Amino acid sequence: MRRPDTRTLIPIVAYVVLCVVAFFLPFAISDFRAQQFAYVGIYFIALIGLNVLTGYTGLISLGHGAFMAIGGYTTAILVSDQGLKLGGHVFSSDLKDLWTIPIAALVCGIAGLLFGLPALRLSGLYLALATFAIAVSAPAVIKKFEDFTGGGSGINMFGLPGLTGGIDGVTVFGHHLTFNDWLYYLSWSIALLGLAIGWLLLRGRTGRAFRAVRDSETAAASAGVNLALYKTLAFGISAAYAGVAGALFAIANTFVNPDTFPIALSIFLLVGVVVGGLGSLYGLIAGAVFVYFMQISWAQQADRAIPDWVPWFGDLNTNSPGAPAVAFGVVLIAIMMLVPSGAAGLVRRLASLTQRVSGRS
Amino acid sequence: MADFLQQVVSGLASGGIYASLALALVLIHRATGIINFAQGEMAMFTTYILWSLTSNHGWPYWPAFAATLLFAFVFGLGIHRFVIRPVERGSVLTIVIVTIGLLLILNGAATWIWTGEVRSVESPFPTRTIEVAGVTMSIQDLGTIAVVVGVVGILWLFFQFTKVGLALRAAAINPGESRLVGVRVSWMLGLGWGLAAVLGAVSGILAAPTVFLDPNMMAAILIYAFAAAVLGGIDSPAGAVVGGLLLGVGLNLLGQYVNFVGADLRLPAALLIILVVLLVKPSGLFGKPVVRRV
Repeated sequence: MRRPDTRTLIPIVAYVVLCVVAFFLPFAISDFRAQQFAYVGIYFIALIGLNVLTGYTGLISLGHGAFMAIGGYTTAILVSDQGLKLGGHVFSSDLKDLWTIPIAALVCGIAGLLFGLPALRLSGLYLALATFAIAVSAPAVIKKFEDFTGGGSGINMFGLPGLTGGIDGVTVFGHHLTFNDWLYYLSWSIALLGLAIGWLLLRGRTGRAFRAVRDSETAAASAGVNLALYKTLAFGISAAYAGVAGALFAIANTFVNPDTFPIALSIFLLVGVVVGGLGSLYGLIAGAVFVYFMQISWAQQADRAIPDWVPWFGDLNTNSPGAPAVAFGVVLIAIMMLVPSGAAGLVRRLASLTQRVSGRS
Repeated sequence: MADFLQQVVSGLASGGIYASLALALVLIHRATGIINFAQGEMAMFTTYILWSLTSNHGWPYWPAFAATLLFAFVFGLGIHRFVIRPVERGSVLTIVIVTIGLLLILNGAATWIWTGEVRSVESPFPTRTIEVAGVTMSIQDLGTIAVVVGVVGILWLFFQFTKVGLALRAAAINPGESRLVGVRVSWMLGLGWGLAAVLGAVSGILAAPTVFLDPNMMAAILIYAFAAAVLGGIDSPAGAVVGGLLLGVGLNLLGQYVNFVGADLRLPAALLIILVVLLVKPSGLFGKPVVRRV
């Protein structure tokens, strides 16, 4: 049986369901949880960006945290009117935070395109290496340009007029929202918009070209795909997403410093994409939930999961800051060995399994 | 001039540390075509073993040093056997992700076991300085250079003049045919990982007295080692050593005499070296250009 429409229909239905769930979720959860899910939304945006590059185009980036840093600092610098100096010239701006989000996307997109140009000549391992080096050296660069970026102590935006949200909450279209609810709706509206844009982009000609580059550069080039164009484009788009995520991160934190965007962030983003599924969009929600909650609530989970009588592990101090990293690493390796296509692949496999089983009966 | 030479000597000492880690990266890349992102963390982890033996268990330095290198060897072998081998046929992406996973595990485990507190590791060499022809040199720097030269020399002899060394080289160059003449390729690759881990341990142990021991101590050194390996040609052991020394001296002089770079911009400078070499001459100083077949 030919079902020509399912490939379009299923994602649209899923999208509508997701929008409805995302809209009503804050009514069911506490204010505190809303804040946590706001961060999940922010991670989700960054993961979409990374997946465009890594999952769809096959270009590895271990440095997306650095692009998030560019986005975050763009927002912080534009919002804070603190007389930052750029080349001897005092630069001051007290732009409203919402307006800085598209600017961050633009700035990061351009940064991505610029980095994409040299990256064209690097393949696979070398690209991973170069992006890793970027992520490791980003804090040093931020600290060096102290006058402009606030150096090691960063930029504090708390209470500045540029920030829309405050302790008293925000009134949007006549509805009063708490700060956390506002953050939630802000990040998820942008995330859902980003998801729609990503989906439209990837299902058409551009997405096909990306996947062709991923599967075989040589074959793609001989089929007439302009490698340089599409690789650079993938970098630009991917970085723009990361920039938006970074801007939202700065707004949610109301503070940025070089340690807001450490190398670990870049690696966690990669973990999220792998968990969610390389080359999948919806799976990334699972990836984002996993990365965020694993970081904050691993300790209690592990304490419950490992009974005290287990020798050695039973009385391990799971509160150690090293514990989540170990868990992330184990999960990362286990997924690459067992289900390389991540959560999305698992769902797809289960779906085809049930189809086969029901087809037989 | 004396000051300049002094900087060169201390640059050679840090260059030796970069060179041994770069050599570890090159060994693994030659044998298995992998860039091991966990190499720095493996070195850090083994350095903790040394610290634990000397500080907590009261071992004298050199026996602890030998025991640590032995541990590193078994550790590297084990990682190859249980983590790398199952995925070695996977794509580049798979392997990169697996080594990143290893990086996370080792970094987290070290924080977990030994806490993230910064520790000081004793140096086997006195901190006194000696003066040769008007140039003041620290004995620690000279000792570091001597250890690196010794380890690299032994390794070279091993590869060049022993049967196992020959088998190792054969397995790396042509696994299929080596298997036909009776080389146990998978064990040889594991041996390569073991030796790489030993080299990494040497670099970690030598770096520890100056950068101090903590779970993130090797992050910057790993980037320098990447830069050294890329500069020398990622497949050339001699290139890694020369690249490491050049980088150590170059960065030291740059940090000393170029005000803008100072101590803070050394990492970005290394990043720049990586990018420029990869763009201008991807095969590095000593490597052979790679031709891709369809």
